[in-house]
Amino acid sequence: MARITAGVATSHVPAIGAAMDLGKTAEPYWQPLFAGYDWSRQWIAQEMPDVVILVYNDHASAFDMKIIPTFAIGCGERYKPADEGWGPRPVPDVIGEPDLAWHIAQSLILDEFDMTIINEMDVDHGLTVPLSLMFGQPGAWPVKVVPLAVNVVTYPPPSGNRCWMLGEAIARAVESYGEDLNVQIWGTGGMSHQLQGPRAGLINAKWDNRFLDLMSEGDGQALRAIPHIEYLRETGSEGIEMVMWLIMRGALGRKVKALHRHYHVPASNTAVGHLVLEPTT
Amino acid sequence: MDTDKENAMSNDIHEYLSQFDDIPGTRVYTAKRARQGYWMNQFAMSLMKAENRERWKAGERAYIDEWPMSEDQKQAILDRDYNRCLDLGGNIYFLAKVFSTDGLSFLQAVGTMTGMSTEDYQAMMIAGGRSPEGVRSIKEKR
Repeated sequence: MARITAGVATSHVPAIGAAMDLGKTAEPYWQPLFAGYDWSRQWIAQEMPDVVILVYNDHASAFDMKIIPTFAIGCGERYKPADEGWGPRPVPDVIGEPDLAWHIAQSLILDEFDMTIINEMDVDHGLTVPLSLMFGQPGAWPVKVVPLAVNVVTYPPPSGNRCWMLGEAIARAVESYGEDLNVQIWGTGGMSHQLQGPRAGLINAKWDNRFLDLMSEGDGQALRAIPHIEYLRETGSEGIEMVMWLIMRGALGRKVKALHRHYHVPASNTAVGHLVLEPTT
Repeated sequence: MDTDKENAMSNDIHEYLSQFDDIPGTRVYTAKRARQGYWMNQFAMSLMKAENRERWKAGERAYIDEWPMSEDQKQAILDRDYNRCLDLGGNIYFLAKVFSTDGLSFLQAVGTMTGMSTEDYQAMMIAGGRSPEGVRSIKEKR
C-alpha cells in the first residue's frame, strides 16, 4: 500500500534557482539560505521517497490567461523545464508517475474534488526550485513527481480550508493505491513577499514565524480559517501562496512532528521558509 | 493569527472583493483587472518564445502593434512603467516576461515600482524588507 511518509514546505523563489544554476551558492548573500537546506538534503538521502506529490503554482508559464484551473494534477510521463523569458533552467526533465497520478485524479473526483487533468505541460521555477533545494544538482532527479498546480494568481484562489480538505482527500487517495510506494507531499511558495506596486518588498517575519509554529505544532486547525485578506495585508500580495502549504499539512493528518525548520530573509524580494514534517499517530 | 478579528473568509463575492482596495500600494489581480489586461498579459506571455523575443527586441513598437491593446497599455509597456501596467490590468507574473527579456531580475524590476533607487530597495530587502506597520489597511490606519 502506498503511504505518505513526510511533508516538506519550502519557498520557491526563482532567484534561488538562478543562484544554483550560476554557481553562486557560496556567496555571502546566498550562503545562509542554502545552509538551512543541508540538514534536509542529508535527511532525504536517507528517507528517499519513490514519489513526491509536489504542490506548487504556475507563474504564467504552462497556463496563461486562456485557461485558469483552480486545482490541476499532472498525469503525464514527463515535464520539461519552462522557458520563463530567460531560457529554460539547466535542470533535468521531471519524470511523472502517471499510474499513481491518474489514481489520485480519479479518486479525488469521486471524492468531489473536480480536478483538471494535465497530460502535457512545462514546469516552471515553482516546481523545479524545490527539487533543486532538496536534491542539489543531480544528472537526473532521484524521485518521480506528481505535479499539483494551484491557482494563486487570479482571484479568488481556493480558500485555505478547501486546500486543507484537498490534502486530506489526497491522503485517502494515496492510501488506497495498491502498490507499495513511499510518497512525500511538498507544499511550496511563500513566505511573505509582495512583488508589485509601491508596497513591494513587504516582509513580515513575525507573522511568518507564527505560521511556521502553527504548521509544526498541535492540530493546525487555526490555519484553515485564515482568510485571503489576512494573507494579503500581513504577508504581501504574493504571500497568498502559503495556502498551498495547507494542502501538504492537511495530507499529514491530525498531528505532526517537525524534524527541521529554517527561516531566512531575503531571497531577492522574498522571505524563505522551510519545514520538514512527519505525520505522528 | 488575526483570525478573531477578520474571522473565517466570507463566501459573498461582493464583500470579498470590497476588502481589496483597502490595502495601500497594492493591486489585487481580480477578474475585473484580468479582463481589462487580457491582451496586455497575453502579449507579455508571447515573450516566452525565443523567436518572439527576437522580433520584440528588433522593433518593440511594430511588435506591440500586432496586439489588440489600448494605446495607454502599449505606452505603459514601452515606458516599462510597471505601476501603470498594473493599473491597466497587467499581472506581475506576465509582466515578468517583459523585464526578463530586458535582462532584469525580479529584484531589479520590482524595485522600480516603489519609488526607491535600485540600491536603496536592495538595501531595504537585505535589512529585512518593508515593515507591514502602517501599510496593512488604509481605513484602519494600521
